[in-house]
Amino acid sequence: MNRADLEAMAQREQQRQQAFGCRILCCASTPCLSSGGQAVYDAINAVISEGGWEAEVQAVATGCMGPCSHGPMVTVQRPGEEDVVYERVTSDVARALVAAHAGKAAAVAPVEHVMPASAPFFAKQQKVVLANSGLIDPEKLEDYVARGGYRALAYALREMTPEEVCKEIIASGLRGRGGAGFPTGLKWDMVRKEHSDKKYVVANGDEGDPGAYMDRSLMESDPHRILEGMAIAGYAVGADQGFLYVRGEYPVAAKRLERAIRAAERRGLLGSRVLESGFNFRIDVRIGAGAFVCGEETALMASIMGHRGQPVPRPPYPAQSGLWGKPTLINNVETYGSIAPIVENGAAWFAEIGTAKSKGTKIFALAGKVATTGLIEVPMGISLREIVYDIGGGIPDGLAFKAAQTGGPSGGCIPAAHLDTPVDYESLKALGSIMGSGGMIIMDEHSCMVDVAKFFMEFCMDESCGKCVPCRVGTVQMHRILERITDGSATPQDLATLQELCMMVKETSLCGLGQSAPNPVLSTIRYFAEEYTAHIADHHCPAGVCTLEKQPVGEWVTA
Amino acid sequence: MAVVTLTINDEMVSAQEGTLLLAVLREQGIEMPTLCHLDGLSERGGCRLCMVELGSGRLQASCVTPVQEGMVVNTHSERLVKYRQMILELLFAERNHVCAVCVMNGHCELQWEAAKIGMDHVRFDYLNPDLAMDASHERYALDHNRCILCTRCVRVCDEIEGAHVWDVMGRGVNSRVIIDLNQAWGSSQSCTSCGKCVQVCPTGALFDKGATVAEMEKQHNFLRWILDGREKNVWSYSAK
Repeated sequence: MNRADLEAMAQREQQRQQAFGCRILCCASTPCLSSGGQAVYDAINAVISEGGWEAEVQAVATGCMGPCSHGPMVTVQRPGEEDVVYERVTSDVARALVAAHAGKAAAVAPVEHVMPASAPFFAKQQKVVLANSGLIDPEKLEDYVARGGYRALAYALREMTPEEVCKEIIASGLRGRGGAGFPTGLKWDMVRKEHSDKKYVVANGDEGDPGAYMDRSLMESDPHRILEGMAIAGYAVGADQGFLYVRGEYPVAAKRLERAIRAAERRGLLGSRVLESGFNFRIDVRIGAGAFVCGEETALMASIMGHRGQPVPRPPYPAQSGLWGKPTLINNVETYGSIAPIVENGAAWFAEIGTAKSKGTKIFALAGKVATTGLIEVPMGISLREIVYDIGGGIPDGLAFKAAQTGGPSGGCIPAAHLDTPVDYESLKALGSIMGSGGMIIMDEHSCMVDVAKFFMEFCMDESCGKCVPCRVGTVQMHRILERITDGSATPQDLATLQELCMMVKETSLCGLGQSAPNPVLSTIRYFAEEYTAHIADHHCPAGVCTLEKQPVGEWVTA
Repeated sequence: MAVVTLTINDEMVSAQEGTLLLAVLREQGIEMPTLCHLDGLSERGGCRLCMVELGSGRLQASCVTPVQEGMVVNTHSERLVKYRQMILELLFAERNHVCAVCVMNGHCELQWEAAKIGMDHVRFDYLNPDLAMDASHERYALDHNRCILCTRCVRVCDEIEGAHVWDVMGRGVNSRVIIDLNQAWGSSQSCTSCGKCVQVCPTGALFDKGATVAEMEKQHNFLRWILDGREKNVWSYSAK
């Protein structure tokens, strides 16, 4: 396949889609499937075949549409009309909406299930990485190509040198979406400049933060976009082999990626002589075995090589010595998802979105105590208030916002006083939290911050790989102290010891897991110190969560 | 090979480029606590005792950090001494290190490091895990209660003996060193009974059967002897 064939394929598919008078898109992502999406899809197909409308009405199983707590979601597309989005669709609602939109029966559309397109949930978002998500069938290459897919790869291969691709990514200001925010273009350029007979490109899809599922949705909804980003990266750095590391708990994502790779290879979009150029690029999927630490790049590479998933000290960085000692480019899947739009629309277009130092958009998994939880993509620099109150629809039951936890177990909480902070790498860091991979958990006044810190510490304790002492034992000891604070047996000395331990673990741990494990504790102490003292000194949990049924062991502890 | 100049504890020192910082520190006669490091084995960077403070204020494990031109290193800042003591306390609290009834009492590297640093109490909860012993091997025994997971046994068996009998299973505090596929030592078909793992073990986790309290002493110099013989064809054993 060459560029002309690709263009022809896109046009053919577009014409085929336009021939339908009505397209009904059903979300087939994990959240909607778990709330009955498959039954809805089956019901829609049954109605279509019962009515014999196969020629006019098309049912498509798509990726994530966003408002996951309102699922199953269905979108109806009719040429020349605005899309209609339905929420909380049941089989009966599905039957009614198909009949109404197919225009065959005198059925009335179930308007009470319509989510208006002007709703702030949609209006405040800006979809760049998720542009195709919810609109295409992730298992059909043609759907992706019809929406301009692989055009960026074709353009890069024909019109740009690898150096120009790297320059373009540097100019775009794109920063790593895995959480640390290292400038992506610089990393690419470092790998490109390394001299080696073999180089590798790795996509990190080992998402593990509690409550976060951005990467899963992206992989499930638009797998070809990640493959295209990886192929462009491979061309830019001079690699001919890519590995896509998918978390073991994401079987749907892994299956769709495998199928996408096969489909792309069949059409000559991956494999040997990509798009009839001299560039070869293979991608293999590697499935994780359930370790959170494998999201850390050196542990992830150890896992790919078949070793025990444990981090190794850096330097050397993967860009110098990664997989099998060869220069390796490793980025998050969301980072790769941003590549094709940058190459297609230019670095300047991308750099216009966002703030001075944080460019582009970021996907967040909005979870916790907000009216609408789900997957959102917002421009960098949007305020936390807009995310919580406009997109998320505010806190349910008339309760007050207490804090937002970003960055999962590596991040920190942001209290109500900082609701107007712009969400970008620097601002969040200044508040003692991190951007992280995009988990955002909203908490209301019924959340006890000590309890929250304990939850994340327990997570880190369970997930510590055990290689370095501070993280292996330090997390256990920190968790024990937090447990004592929440059960009422802590003394003021415990709080001091906890803080000392936090600093020690943060500064001496080997990898990012241990270095960031104390962050939830440090940030809750920073903003909610009075809750810690209320537990210890007053034997009282302000949020009413902790039972505090125990007493401190005795005075000899503090003597 | 190029020579780089760095500042260690306010003194200018030159070293060969590419050398690891820990080796340079030891060459300078600076006492650095280590547990997972052992001359002759690959570096692990796991015990974090040999951490030093760089000019930027960052802490780095000196055993895995190559020297660099212009590097400013502080080996015994107040912060480092405090952290080292805490790390040792964590290790003592992790498993059942009861020196008074240990075969290695008086010869144990963990005990030495604690004594040198002046760690005289543990302020953390003792975790008191319920751990087993494996005395199924005819000559050696394994006591998980004393293991600090330095993985010297794993590395020496893999790198020097070439048998790779040892490995680690589980994660976090539940990590355990295991033999073959987590089986009794005596039933291992890959173990050559060479005893290298026993000799490199810094604590009483691996010991000769028949040794009683404070009787076990270990020798590391066989490692240098083997490596010099293999690499330089020099076979002179010095019982240090």
